[in-house]
Amino acid sequence: MDSQNCYHCGDVCDESLILFDKKKFCCNGCKTVYQIFSENDLTYYYDLKSAAGATPITVEGKYDFLDTTSIVEKLIEFNDEQLQIINLFIPHIHCSSCIWILENLNKLNSFILNSQVDFPKKTVRITYNHTKFSLKKIVVLLSRIGYEPKISLDDYDNKKKPVDRSLLYKIGLAGFAFGNVMFLSFPDYFDLASSQTSGGEFWLNKYQHVFRWMMFFFSVPVVSYAAKDYFISAYKGVRSKLLNIDVPIALGILVLFIRSTLDIVFNWGPGFFDSLTGLVFFLLLGKFFQQKTYAFLSFERDYKSYFPIAVTRINTKKQEETTQVHDIKPGDKLLIRNEELIPVDGILLSEKATIQYSFVTGESEPVHKTSGEKIYAGGKQLNGAIEMNVLKTVSQSYLTQLWSNSVFQTNRSDSFQTLTDRIGKRFTISVLTIAIIATTFWLFYDASKALNVFTAVLIIACPCAISLAAPFTLGNMLRIFGKKKFYLKDTQSIEQLAQVDTAIFDKTGTITTNQTSSISYEGIPLNSEEESLLKNTIRASNHPLSRALYDLLAEQNIVTLDDYEEHHGKGIESAKDGTKLKIGSADFVGEQQAKKAFDTSVHISSNANYKGKFVFHNQYREGLPDLFKAMKESIDLAILSGDNPSEKERLQKLLPPLTPLYFNQKPKHKLEFIKKLQQQEKKVLMVGDGLNDAGALTQSDVGIAISENTNVFSPACDGILDATKFQQLYAYIQASKQAVKIIKLSFILSLAYNIFGLYFAISGQLTPVIAAILMPLSSISVVAFATVMTNILGKKLK
Amino acid sequence: MSVIYLLLAISIVVAILFFIAFIVSVKSGQYDDSYTPSVRMLFEDELVVKKTSSEEKPKKLKIKPTK
Repeated sequence: MDSQNCYHCGDVCDESLILFDKKKFCCNGCKTVYQIFSENDLTYYYDLKSAAGATPITVEGKYDFLDTTSIVEKLIEFNDEQLQIINLFIPHIHCSSCIWILENLNKLNSFILNSQVDFPKKTVRITYNHTKFSLKKIVVLLSRIGYEPKISLDDYDNKKKPVDRSLLYKIGLAGFAFGNVMFLSFPDYFDLASSQTSGGEFWLNKYQHVFRWMMFFFSVPVVSYAAKDYFISAYKGVRSKLLNIDVPIALGILVLFIRSTLDIVFNWGPGFFDSLTGLVFFLLLGKFFQQKTYAFLSFERDYKSYFPIAVTRINTKKQEETTQVHDIKPGDKLLIRNEELIPVDGILLSEKATIQYSFVTGESEPVHKTSGEKIYAGGKQLNGAIEMNVLKTVSQSYLTQLWSNSVFQTNRSDSFQTLTDRIGKRFTISVLTIAIIATTFWLFYDASKALNVFTAVLIIACPCAISLAAPFTLGNMLRIFGKKKFYLKDTQSIEQLAQVDTAIFDKTGTITTNQTSSISYEGIPLNSEEESLLKNTIRASNHPLSRALYDLLAEQNIVTLDDYEEHHGKGIESAKDGTKLKIGSADFVGEQQAKKAFDTSVHISSNANYKGKFVFHNQYREGLPDLFKAMKESIDLAILSGDNPSEKERLQKLLPPLTPLYFNQKPKHKLEFIKKLQQQEKKVLMVGDGLNDAGALTQSDVGIAISENTNVFSPACDGILDATKFQQLYAYIQASKQAVKIIKLSFILSLAYNIFGLYFAISGQLTPVIAAILMPLSSISVVAFATVMTNILGKKLK
Repeated sequence: MSVIYLLLAISIVVAILFFIAFIVSVKSGQYDDSYTPSVRMLFEDELVVKKTSSEEKPKKLKIKPTK
């Protein structure tokens, strides 16, 4: 254990080191959690994984709304006179220690009967006795031990949809039938050449009808239930005149089944039931493989995932009451506590507020508002409680209005034609042509074989391997990207990413970091006395700019100031040994010539002489110039920023020349901008981060959200990229292009098998055993090829 | 040879029983979370009871190596 790191959360302990029980803690919160655990004999938590905890953040009254029964009833899963069951999402769940401690909650409180963690989903399901214990107490308990659950308006509005497990049932059924049909086909496999007429094993001949009819009965549910989706999809495709890949598949399955049934009815042969069930089983496996989802990430989020369920309203009798967010009406008076989100647009009533709009714009620098100013929904109050007057309801607020745009109602995935579907069209046409030509030939040559050949062509050409190529290549790519912290919503997004020719970036929070901003000084250098005074002055100030500046300045001895006065919204005044320092806005320090600059800066004057200013710059992500330079070669780039153009010059220096930069773009403008590009047949990639990009992310062909912490925040998008991997973005796009190439190669491979099989089919030699060998062989080799190639590709990625 | 009917019947019945077991387990949600149970099974009743005596243990005498 590192001596300087907190025993509980692993953070570096600086000045505020707390020693307790011979262990080091970075803060009181961490110590308290340790205390709770050790008092309840739960210190095994630290043995499982060291420093797994999180510092608990408790805000008084934050969960008061959970006292309201009507709200609780909407959240819980099960409710009877004694028991209630709640499923809570806890973003901090990340290791086996978390599972262990959360499943031992009953040791902390005996009214919790049972708790079960779902690790991939990061949820815990708690059963508790609600006559003795309440939901609010559970949430508070979890928060106290550093596992604060996330309860948002989304949980309130939509009840969890039942899980769709039909694919698992279908795979189970197809696998079951496949195994049994194979087993029942064995007599035929071993007694290949013989039949009743040519001799052979007596009992095999005698009982062959039993075996064959049993195979038939196993195949019926496979065709009618397990393969149902292929028929539906093929029907839809034909009706909308799109020959997708499911058309030849459905045709193949249907022909296999009918031909095999006729075979056994008229005693022509054993039929192809083994190939049929095997085909369906492999196809469904491919579907399953493709279905990889990141359960703990949500790609469908809108503002509701971030908004609180309830807020505190101050009623006419000046009493506080909990109100559901949808019930807020214009004219209401709301109390927003520290760290709470502002749910609606309104007018600030309190004297001043510090509001951070990082959810909306990605900008972590808070803005200051004074009484009477308009404040917008989506901001987070940082400095104490404020009161506000409501102007608009939740759904009509500036931010939330964006979601009424039609782009959020249309399902884009329907309109995109995948590579497989595009090939499917040509494939279907050529297969049908071959079948008809071959049949016509045999009709004149040997009419008895014509039907045999026709069905054989459709059976052997069933594009099982082709339709497996894309799911396995892209499914594996999705996993590889996931390991590199690039989480995509579905495999289709990879194909779309490969086609991208235009990339639009948001500025704040996307190409700049949230955490650090660089500061530069412009003006007359300060002498050491002034520097010491400056450091000591801003030590006492809580203003975010002061804090940032304080961390930057060199360490100075702590001195007692003669005079210190903070002027809200203006600056600070201090004095020591006859030096008077004024720190703050240009007006405050008496700087007359200060141009109306857009930048964020702190001005300094000493004894009424203007000295200079500290300018806060956005800190751009590492490797940004290189990334843009590399991307510029094949992709058109542009920056769309919601901010003012203060950083324009710096950006122009960083980015390749002639990169278009647009400033002061409202969320709606961003969406329209992308729409316009798409009308020019461009495939647009949007990279953004805040809720204000949500419209653009949804409108674009591929929307990627950059996230510093994938657990916490991301608007609706097609993919989430961890901020540390930002410079790899271009490499990922290139990898997607490679993946599409791999699919094309797999197509060629499987076509080779098809042509080989077609030789048997056209010449009328296709026997069940050849089909039974060829079909799995082609599928497996294509799957193996796709998996190996993507793994090689994945090794090259960082 | 009609024993083949019996054998086939038995094999099919066994197979169907397993199939039903699979369906039931999927339905009960066993396949929803395929990761957590793999961790959970390694836990035991690992409550650490505070050892009050450990701190009063007599310190071992250090034997200084002779030069």
